[in-house]
Amino acid sequence: MLNHYPLWKYILIIAVVVVSAFYALPNIYGEDPALQVAASARGVQVTDQTLAQLSKSFEKEGIHYRNAKQSDTGLLFRFSNEDEQLKAKKIAETELGDDYAVALNLAPATPQWLLDMNAQPMYLGLDLRGGVYFLMQVDMEAAVTKSINTFVSDSRAILRKAKVRYLGSKRVDNDVVLRFKTEEMRDKGFEVLRREMRDLDFVDKEEGKSFILRGRLSEEKLKELKLFALKQNITTLRKRIDEKFHGLVEPIIQQQGEDRIVIQLPGIQDTAGAKDILGATATLEYRAVDEEHTVEQALSGRVPAGSKIYYTRERKEGSRVIPSVPVLLKKRVITTGEHVTNAQAGIDPDTGGAKVNVSLDGYGGKRMGNFTKDNIGKRMAVVFLETKQDTVRDENGNLLRDENGKPVIKRHTTEEVISNAVIRGHFSNRFETTGLDSVQEANDLSLLLRAGALAAPVFIIEERTIGPSLGQDNIDKGFRSVIIGFIAVLFFMAFWYRKFGMFANLALGLNLVIIVAVLSLLQATLTLPGIAGIVLTVGMAVDANVLIFERIREELRNGNSPQNSIHSGYEKALMTIADANITTLIAAFVLFVVGTGPIKGFAVTLSIGIVTSMFTAIMVTRAVVNYTYGGKRIKDISI
Amino acid sequence: MQILTNTHIKFMNHRKIAMMISAILIVISIASLAIRGLQFGLDFTGGTLVEVAYPQAVDLKPIRDQLHGNGFDDAIVQHFGAANEVLVRIAPKEGLSNADISTQLLELLRAQNPGVENRRVEFVGPQVGEELTETGGIAMLAALACILVYVALRFEYRFALGSVAALAHDVIIVLGLFSVFGIEFDLTVLAAILAVIGYSLNDTIVVFDRIRENFRKIRKGNAIEVIDTSLNQTLARTLMTSVTTLLVLIALFLLGGELINGFATALMAGVVVGTYSSVYVASSVLVSMGISKEDLAPVKKEGEEQEEVYEEV
Repeated sequence: MLNHYPLWKYILIIAVVVVSAFYALPNIYGEDPALQVAASARGVQVTDQTLAQLSKSFEKEGIHYRNAKQSDTGLLFRFSNEDEQLKAKKIAETELGDDYAVALNLAPATPQWLLDMNAQPMYLGLDLRGGVYFLMQVDMEAAVTKSINTFVSDSRAILRKAKVRYLGSKRVDNDVVLRFKTEEMRDKGFEVLRREMRDLDFVDKEEGKSFILRGRLSEEKLKELKLFALKQNITTLRKRIDEKFHGLVEPIIQQQGEDRIVIQLPGIQDTAGAKDILGATATLEYRAVDEEHTVEQALSGRVPAGSKIYYTRERKEGSRVIPSVPVLLKKRVITTGEHVTNAQAGIDPDTGGAKVNVSLDGYGGKRMGNFTKDNIGKRMAVVFLETKQDTVRDENGNLLRDENGKPVIKRHTTEEVISNAVIRGHFSNRFETTGLDSVQEANDLSLLLRAGALAAPVFIIEERTIGPSLGQDNIDKGFRSVIIGFIAVLFFMAFWYRKFGMFANLALGLNLVIIVAVLSLLQATLTLPGIAGIVLTVGMAVDANVLIFERIREELRNGNSPQNSIHSGYEKALMTIADANITTLIAAFVLFVVGTGPIKGFAVTLSIGIVTSMFTAIMVTRAVVNYTYGGKRIKDISI
Repeated sequence: MQILTNTHIKFMNHRKIAMMISAILIVISIASLAIRGLQFGLDFTGGTLVEVAYPQAVDLKPIRDQLHGNGFDDAIVQHFGAANEVLVRIAPKEGLSNADISTQLLELLRAQNPGVENRRVEFVGPQVGEELTETGGIAMLAALACILVYVALRFEYRFALGSVAALAHDVIIVLGLFSVFGIEFDLTVLAAILAVIGYSLNDTIVVFDRIRENFRKIRKGNAIEVIDTSLNQTLARTLMTSVTTLLVLIALFLLGGELINGFATALMAGVVVGTYSSVYVASSVLVSMGISKEDLAPVKKEGEEQEEVYEEV
């Protein structure tokens, strides 16, 4: 029978409507200022005790929280106002110390029964609601030291290649200092280095019996280097946030002053997680195990030149604790995290432990390939490196600063061997690394490897909430215009296509609900242009209905019966709609994969709009049309 | 309501004039983009950040009004941490240093409330870093390349060139508009430009789809006649969709306030140009490249479908 839908299609549509309405629902509730507490050091956990401890301290200081909740992402305290939230943060920080991340948050006031069903609202963006503000200091000294060290090792290589003999080469403050035995040698070295290392200005000097060549970066070069480090860090931080939130959070990341970076995040669920990711430095190093010497020998004080003692990470296997043991590794690294082009976390099917699948770039792959080819049957170790930097605070929670006004930093580096295994075969640029504690750690590590390394360490020196960047009147105007635009389209469609226009309007309303539900499920951030974009998708979504309805009219004009016209109108328009939408989807997909930041976010909303509008404009309107006209003998339709 | 149903406009007769107009607009746009460039907003340029503290909690509206009315039209004013602390961001001004700007700004604020205290004045970098501009450009080129391939596979290579030409035409002219009239180009405008790509593409493909269908179906008439017929058949739909989209945009433009203004302007221009280009750029390219019916020999399966007659119920 023509224009008849099977029952299952009606059921499917009703199911989609109900589910979407449910997941769109959380958006009608507001948000509370909140404080998130999460464990940031390994082996530390947020427990009932942490909760009890904090609530006691809050009480002592006269701070009332509305409620506290424990979840996967740690503890969440809700407050009635920002003032109490800020005070509570200071208390929590002094109380808990460095092992915990304490972060400001805007927690949605969604009722528990919705949260239990995993229904959460979208977050409003920085323009509409404000968010959390992190000011990060870039450790420029470390960046300069790192590059001077590179200059030192480069200068050695250059002199060796040019066969100029030198006594020593080292970094003294920000200078490269080279020592030569004779003046002649130094002059030769000067000639070569001046040619090869144009970034350095060399001066010579005699000192006792040796002849010195001192290379210094010009002020200009130094400035350039710092600016580069800053830009590189901004890029890396943006990538990290994009990776962590799949491009759905719309952060603001910008330079402030000469050596600081501002990061503003809109309300997001896991601010503590974001904070951890921002300053994180975890990376991997692949090293050969020194099998010519024993660890015992090394431990007794005779560490062979070119090797170093490392310790394995303490692991739990069921209830059994495998303690940390020393291993002797070669100092020369095979490759490092810097050469990783892609990394994905996964689970090792043999052991059930977490692993990371790693892909290396050409250089890293070649080095790994050469090494494994020559060393089958020998052992290779993977070292997990992490530097934590923290600012130091006094008893009152104020930042300690040095005489230049810069915050005092405390650094501690962990170097642990996470895997020490026999090389079973030759491999080069794709392999997996096991031995990670948890899937969470594997996820974080692979995220950091993908986003690339920071050019210089960064640490958070200030954290605050920040109000919306738009004035309330502007926000109100924006919302009002969006609603009026939407209503105008509804009226116009009803006027132009009469009953069919009403069917299309029903589909449009539904489309809006589904888009909101999907964005809520994805935890996207909604900015004012984002909202305008959604309404625009709605405006464009009528296109599919317009195409169908115009086709039906055409068929009617060609003298076909109403039933036949409906049928072939839908049929013929379908191909066109599919072609047009698939082409646009391809564009959106490419923008998502290649683009960053706002471009990525836009691609997501665009794709969602296309898919939902195809569903509502084709399936839903057809269902209503079939329900109204299907199987009846009709002379005329209202189109 | 039905209008424009049985039109027989000879669109392709005017294609030479239309192409001239397009060419002129594109030349003007490119020239203006090259010479004047775009008037980038705070998002792209960075500027000065001033943090001030008031003796008591303050309302932001009077502060905004004071700044906007006195030469700092684009100042962004936000609460910062507490209700008495305020963060102001301002775009750079020619001939004024960071210090000059902050002095002027503080004077204005002090005139309103003498208790205001300067906490910090600093340079802030752009929100849109170089890497974003770079990857954005690459993303657009990659998207164009993929569309080219898909349309070439699905239709024919001349259709692919036509759709990409229309797309480039629309984006260049909208950018040109912003450059010629010196309208501020910020992140929302960038989003609008991306939306224009989606709209223009959609419009072009719908027209192409009908042209392809008619090439296979209509037996008499040359390519130009078939294209004209197709354009007339899709005219009602083309205009309807433009009108509904424009309805939304006009509401945003007139009532949406200053933030949405640039967004709405870019899209309105994009919708108008996009509609025009799917007729005159995309289709004209097909004609100019000598498309003929033989290039789209009917596929067996679809031909059969057309012969099918539905039974009356």
